[in-house]
Formats: sequence, C-alpha cells, structure tokens
Amino acid sequence: MLTLDKVLIKNGDFRLKADMLIPRGASVAVIGPSGGGKSTLLGAIAGFNEVAEGSITWNGAVISDLPPHKRPMAILFQDNNFFPHLTVAQNVGLGLDPSLKLTVAQRRLVSAALEKTGLHGYEERKPGSLSGGQQGRVALARVLVQQREIILLDEPFAALGPALKTEMLTLVQDLTREIGATLLMVSHEPEDARLICEQTVLVAEGAATGPFDTAKLLADPPQPLREYLGANR
Amino acid sequence: MMKHLTLVTGLVAATSAVAETPVLNVYTYDSFVSDWGPGPAVEEAFEKVCGCDLQFTGAGDGAALLARLKLEGARTEADVVLGLDTSLIGAARESGLFAPASVSADYTLPVAWSDDMFVPFDWGYFAFVGNKGGKSPSSIAELAASDAKIIIQDPRSSTPGLGLLMWVKAAYGDDAPQIWADLSDNIVTVTKGWSEAYGLFLEGEADLVLSYTTSPAYHLIAEEDDSKQALPFTEGHYMQIEVAGKAAATDQPELADQFLQFVVSDAFQQVIPTTNWMYPAVTPAAGLPEGFDTLIQPEKSLLIASDQADALRDVALGEWLAALSK
Amino acid sequence: MRQVAPGLLVATLIAAIVLGALSAVLWRAGGGSGLGPADIAALKFTLVQSVLSSVISCVLAIPVARALARRAFVGRGLLITLLGAPFILPVIVAVLGLTAVFGRAGVISAALGWFGLPPVQIYGLHGVVLAHVFFNLPLATRILLQGWLSIPSERFRLAASLGMGAGPVARVLEYPMLRSFLPGALVIVFALCLSSFAVALTLGGGPRATTVELAIYEAFLFDFDLGRAAVLASVQMGLVVLAAIAALRWSGAEGFGAGMDRTIRRRDAETPLLKAQDFLVLLGVTLFLVLPLLMILLRGLPGLMDLPGTVWASLQTSAIVVFFSIIIGVGASFVLAMAAVRLGWLEGVALLGIATSPMVIGTGLFLMIHPFDAPSRYTLHVTVAANVLMALPFSLRVMLPKMREIYNNYNRLAMSLGLSHGAWIRLVLWPRMRRVTGFAAGLTGALSMGDLGVIALFASPDQATLPLQVLRLMGAYRMEDAAGAALLLMCASLAIFWLFDRGGRVDADT
Repeated sequence: MLTLDKVLIKNGDFRLKADMLIPRGASVAVIGPSGGGKSTLLGAIAGFNEVAEGSITWNGAVISDLPPHKRPMAILFQDNNFFPHLTVAQNVGLGLDPSLKLTVAQRRLVSAALEKTGLHGYEERKPGSLSGGQQGRVALARVLVQQREIILLDEPFAALGPALKTEMLTLVQDLTREIGATLLMVSHEPEDARLICEQTVLVAEGAATGPFDTAKLLADPPQPLREYLGANR
Repeated sequence: MMKHLTLVTGLVAATSAVAETPVLNVYTYDSFVSDWGPGPAVEEAFEKVCGCDLQFTGAGDGAALLARLKLEGARTEADVVLGLDTSLIGAARESGLFAPASVSADYTLPVAWSDDMFVPFDWGYFAFVGNKGGKSPSSIAELAASDAKIIIQDPRSSTPGLGLLMWVKAAYGDDAPQIWADLSDNIVTVTKGWSEAYGLFLEGEADLVLSYTTSPAYHLIAEEDDSKQALPFTEGHYMQIEVAGKAAATDQPELADQFLQFVVSDAFQQVIPTTNWMYPAVTPAAGLPEGFDTLIQPEKSLLIASDQADALRDVALGEWLAALSK
Repeated sequence: MRQVAPGLLVATLIAAIVLGALSAVLWRAGGGSGLGPADIAALKFTLVQSVLSSVISCVLAIPVARALARRAFVGRGLLITLLGAPFILPVIVAVLGLTAVFGRAGVISAALGWFGLPPVQIYGLHGVVLAHVFFNLPLATRILLQGWLSIPSERFRLAASLGMGAGPVARVLEYPMLRSFLPGALVIVFALCLSSFAVALTLGGGPRATTVELAIYEAFLFDFDLGRAAVLASVQMGLVVLAAIAALRWSGAEGFGAGMDRTIRRRDAETPLLKAQDFLVLLGVTLFLVLPLLMILLRGLPGLMDLPGTVWASLQTSAIVVFFSIIIGVGASFVLAMAAVRLGWLEGVALLGIATSPMVIGTGLFLMIHPFDAPSRYTLHVTVAANVLMALPFSLRVMLPKMREIYNNYNRLAMSLGLSHGAWIRLVLWPRMRRVTGFAAGLTGALSMGDLGVIALFASPDQATLPLQVLRLMGAYRMEDAAGAALLLMCASLAIFWLFDRGGRVDADT
C-alpha cells in the first residue's frame, strides 16, 4: 500500500497537500486542471520534489527520504525518456544495470522485453530513427525490465494520436498486470482514466484528494473538476 | 626522436640534470642562442677547451635579461650574463649582482674601454637603413625636415629604440625636444621591437628604418643583395657596445673567468660578424669578413658614459613622450 | 557534490595561479607603487580602444551573423571555418598580413595609386581598432550566430504564418536574443582588447597608443618597478571583472558552440533587397578576413619550400605543448562546465586568465618556482599552464550551454534510473558532449599553437615553440624564412582546429 501521510510538497512557491492511501495493485488516474500540481505530486512520489512535511510510505516503510532510484518505482516523463545517442537495447538495458555492464542473461531479458513491446529487431537502432509510437514502446520496454512495484506515468503519450495512445495505454495495462505493479498515471483526458483506471485522484486547489471510483467521480464531478472538464463532460 | 622524448619527460616530470662535468650557466638574450645566432658555435668552441658543459638560457632582450637577474637576485643560477649593453651597465652595476672581472684584450672599439666589471664582446653603430636610390638625408636634422617616412622602435621596450633616444640627446642636448617634434611627422609608426620594425620596412611600409650600420652586410653576405644602405649622418652615430659580466653569486668563478677571457679570443670573436651582425670587440686575426669593408664608417662616435646614461635616460624619455604624444 | 567538486577545485587552482602570481610580484616588490600621469594616459587610451574595438566588432558581427543564419549557400561551412582563422593567428603574423593589405605599401594603397590617390593611412587609433576588429569580428560573429541558432525554428515558422516581415521579426525575435547574447560577446572581446600590446603599439603609430600592457612592460623592463607593474595588472583585471559583472546583469546564458550547419528557411528575408544586403555583407566580411590571410599565404610560400630543420623541431615542441594544453585545458573546462551548471559565477573565474597581464602572470609564476628549482626547467610546463588559462574562457563558453541542456533534459531520467556519477559521465555526458568537446579542443589547440605566451620570458635554446622560432627568424634578418614559418604556423593552427572539430563530429549523435 502506498501511503501519503499528511504530506506537504513544496516546489518553488507552489505548495500541495496530499493525504491518501493507494492500495497495492491499483491503477489510479491523476486528473485535475492544468497547473494544479499533478506533475508535482508524481515528482514528490518519485523523489524529484521536496516533501516538506509528512511522509510517504510503501508497505509501511518510509520511502520519502530515499533518492529517486532507491524507491520501488519506475517513472516516465512527458519527454526525455531515453538517451537519443544510445541504442534501443542500451536504453532498455539501463533499467537493469545503470552502468550498462549487462550479463548474457540480462541481455536476454532486454530482448524479451523488446519482443513483448513489439520492437523485435530494433535493438541496434537509435530512438531518434523511430516513430513516436515506437519510442513510447522503448520506454515501456524499460519499465518492463525494471520490474518495479510502482509505475508512474507523467503523460508520456500526450503527443500521440488517439488510436496510438489507446494502444499504448492497453500495453501499459498488460505490463502492469504482468508485473503486478501499482500504476499512477497523470492524464488530462477523462477517457484515458476510464479506459484503464478504476480509481482516480483529483489534484486541484492546492490539494490532492481521493482516490475515488473513476466512474462515479466522472458521473458526478465536484466543482473544480466540473470547471476543468467543461464541455468535455 | 631523442630530443622529442626528452621534451616529453621534461613535461611529465621535472628531470633534474645530473652532471658529472661542471656546468657553466650563461644567461643571454634570446636571439644570441637562436640557431642563427652565435650561440651554437660559441658553445661548441668553448666546450672544446673548458672540459665543462656550457648551458645557455635565453631571456627576451638585454633589458629582460637584467630584469631576470634582478628577479632571481642572489639565488640566481647564472654564472655569466652576456648581452647587456652600454645603456644598461649603470643599472647593472648598481644592482650589486655582478663581480669584478679581470680580462685584458686589445679592444678595437672606436672608444677607449676601461671597466673593471664588464667585458665588451661586440659593438655597432645605430643607423637609419634604406634602399639605395631612395630617400637619403645626411643628418637627423635633415631627416626631420624631409618628407622621408621612418619606422622606429619604442625606447621602453627595445634596445635600438632607446639607442635613438640617446643618439638624439647626445647630438642635440637641450634641443632634443625640438628634433623630436620635427621628426614626429616622419614617423610612420613605433614598434615593440627591432623585428617588427625591420619586417615592416622590408614590406615597404617606410623609406627608412632604425637599425645598425652593419645591417646591409647581412643582405650583402647572406642574400647577395646589395640594394640596402645605411645612411651616414653628420652628427655622428650613437654606439652600442654589448658586454658580458660575471654574476657575483656564481658557483663556478674560475670557469666564469675562463669564459670571459674566451669571449675576447679569436674563437668567439670570429663568430660574431656573420651571426650577430655586429662588429667584434677585438678584430680577429683573420680580419673582418668580406663585405664588411663596404659598410659606412661614421666620422664621429657618440656614446654617453654609463654613469650619466641613467639620469639622462629618464629626461630623454619624458621629452620623447611629450613630443610624440601631441 | 560530485558534480561541482572537481570544477570548484579547478576554479580554485585558476584563482590560486592568477592571484598567486599577482601577489608574488607584489610581495617581491614590497608593495604596490602609485601610478603616474603616463599610466593614467595609458589607461585612458586602453579603455578608449577596447571599448571602440569591442563595440565595433560586435555591431558589425550582427549583420554578418544574421546573414549566415538565414542564408544557405555553397561554401557556407568553409566560410564559417575560415572565420575562425584570424582569431587563432599569432599577433605578429596577423599584423604583417594586415599591413600587406591596408599598409602604405599594401594592396589597397597600390590600387589607390593607380588612380593617383595617396596611400591609406593605417597607423593610428583607427589602425588599432581595424586590427582588433580583424581578430575579434569572427569571434563575435560566432557567438551571435549561436544566438540566432538558439531561436527555435518553430518561432520563425510562426512568424512566417503570421506574415511577419523582416522588421517585425527583428523586433519580436531577434532583438530579445541579441539582448541576451551581445553583452557576453562584448565582454569577452573587451577583455581581449584590453591586454593587447604589440598590435596597439605597431599600428597605433606611436606613444599616443600606449596601452596598459605596454605600461606594465615598461614598468617591469625599463624601470624594474614591480610594484607599479602589479598595480597596473590589478587595474586591468578590475576592469574586466567590472565589465563581466555588467554583462552578467544584462545577459542570460549563452555560448558559441558547434552545430553551425543548420539554416532555417526564413520567409521574412526572401526579398531581393535583403538578399542583396546579405550577399554584400558576406562578400565584404570575406574579403576583409581572407585578403590578409591570402597575403600571409603568398608571402610564406617561397620560404616554406626550404625551411631550416630547426623550424620543424620547434613544430614538434609546439605539438607537445599543444597536446598537453588540450588534455589539461579541455579536461579543466569539462569539469568546470559541470560545476558551472549549478554555480554560474564560476564562468567569471575562468575569465581571470585573459583578464590578467601575461607579463605579470609569467613573472609571478617565475617567482613562485624560483625558490624551489630553476624556472627554466619548467618553461614548457609554464607555457602549457598559460595556454590553458588563456583558452579556458573560450572552451568553457563552448561547452557550458550544451552541458546545461544535457543536465536540464536528462538529469531526472538518470536519477530515476540510478545512474552512478561515473556511468552518467561515461554513458550520457561524454557521448553528448563529444561534439562540442571536439570544437573546444580544436580551439584550445589552435590558440596554444599560435600563442607566444610566456615562453619568450624564459626559454632555453632547445625548447623554442614555433611562434618563438618565427620571432627568432625575424630577429636574425631571415624575413623570408620567417614568413614561411609563419605560414606553417597558420596551417598547423588551422589543421589542429579542423582535426579536432571534425573528430568530435564523426559518429556523434546529438
């Protein structure tokens, strides 16, 4: 269980309060108005933003004072999710060994992950020569080999078209199930949330609240969410 | 290849010279030690007779040489300093860094030489050098009144530049400021050193350049080009006498004395004319090289005594600056 | 901590060498001594010529950089490489090249002569400024060109879609960019002109053109007044520091890195008038920069055929100096750039190297070594140190923007993956920095090749570098050999620059 216990996050002048429990294995969407603090929340969980008060625990152990890579999670950002000068296989391999000295067994794991994400044969290509969808798959293949208990997605597929994005999200759902991981996914599209997340956290007006049942929340949104959703509803 | 490796080692770790033979350290100006200067031949000749290792260290020009010695003070490694000139002797003596030397020779200098500390090794006259058939005024005054274009050196950074300053002062005394004022429209530019000035002159930037009466000898002997001439001036020509001296802090006093005596010997003196392009202080037995007989012989030699030179130098520089800064 | 510690160490070393050298001179002098009216006059002239030179260089660089940024043409890459040439030329070679074009017996005067006109008068304040513009216009152009390339192409696309002409584009896009890039260019050119000596004197036409650096030389060699030399050097350093602070207040981060081979289609500039304007600007600057280089080539060719063997030996010595200067200089610059990503003021420390009189640094180092060992044994060490100090501000400026970009883009990813410091450098920094590092290495190498530096102060006969050998040849009347050696020097500088710049680009993904 991921617990945010009376947490206050500081990011420059910006402050965000969060106090919530996220069950293990859940798939949770994080939605809210633009600038509301969705990325800040994920950043704090991943270890990039300072937790000024309170603590974050995972299965009872405090993780909010660990450096990012010591936390039991993999994160995908909006952009810069791979190093463009390294090959696809190297980028994925970084998830297994950050100094990239891979054993034969680890190399096999990389190939398997690439096969699973539909990138078989692309091992030696550079990410820059791939399409947007394929680039997303490279990032997901790395998440797959990382085998972390929590997966954080900060809108890595925002630039993709609707069909491609749905494809990616389905892939995310498959991978999450395979690893048995807990998923937190920032989204500004209620449809994305409906697609793969039973639960939703709302980030607005300086506080993160939830998780709520996604279907119920979207059926009867509270005031700030209503304003944000507007015509989308 | 060996030299190459030595240099690398020298960079990576400072190697300390281990010498079984005694080492004589001679500080001199840079052009003396260059491959085209007297250095290599002098080193070979002296090492044949001394049973020692003669090591040259080059430092800019004469002024830089003295500054270098003053910086090092009593802890200097120098045994002999070679290449100060008459305008620096006063300051050198005052520094207390030199020891008396007893060298005797039949100097063929145009002036009588008696100095218990410094041994002259070559000399020359400053002169304006130009192309034959070009502008040829016969005196400084005539030059100043003419429209001839000249390039000179800055007295603050160059020996010939300082030489011209003293030349005008020696010839004109209190009228020097007026001469400089008249000269100012003739001066194309003032350079940092002799090389820049002579280079610009050869490029055709001016009719005349301040150099030495011996300069045409280079072109004649080394390039078989007789188109250059030095102009004889009726005021007389200022002299430059270059000297060597023994460092007071030397740890090889006998060797240093031996070298100073060597300096006035034929082996050293015969190298000078065609490497340093100056007159030897003692004309060697074989005489001067062919070509030197074509050089002009000034009727009058000008030289300000070294004990007055220092005081006069500052006055003359002030006048020069004032006249040319207008 | 590991990101900044090596850089802080390097910065401390730089400060220790520069300030240590200055203090050593002051200490030896037993304190500073006052400045006379002649020094004040030198200070005034230095300020006037430096301000004029830097302002004119930078103002002229604006149309040149703009033309290069918005025009694609055959030979553009070559022109940009040639732009680097004057900057890395040894001063004495460049001065002879310039006089061969602009002098009384130069090409232009000869041309005027055919029409019965008097020769050009190059000697004077305008000659000094002309020479400094020749040296620094290319540098300023490269800095500003980098500025133009830093404007995202999407902005120009947007401007085109809005139908903005050249005027509005200049106001909306180019002016704000210039505001952040010009001050940096001004300061670095100003610092370079401030310590100019031989150029200012030779082309200045007389003692009117006395610079602070000459005053230092005079204080040191003519009067042996070390105190005055140190005070003058401090004043000079103070001026650069003031200028740097002023520039930092005005500008943001900038640089003039590699990656000049991108042009953006600029619809706002596709009018015949603007095309003609850019063509003329580029033609003018090409002639201005290439003619003197051409003259150096022509004068040097006859002597190049049979250069004395010692010239080749000195080329070897220079190559060794260059090799170590590159290794140390680029390494120092790399770790300094890493640290400067967090601590921006470190770039100011790097400026100390060109803000201080080489004469005083050389003398100070001499005084620091002398109590322990014979300084002449360290001639090449000191030369390397001086070269590194001199090249550091430039190589840092090349590397820093790219370093910032890498940290901004990839540091989070590396942290989330748990890349160790070593893996971060090996897997990310080095491959992504390789291209600019090659450029910085080329620049450092070429500058080290061409600089006479402090070697003239304490050289031993067998340790002459090529620039010193050129000077020695000239001192021995051998002007033709000197011209040949100078040409060799120019070619060697350009070859080093080209080699490293290319080497960095091969197979580099950025």
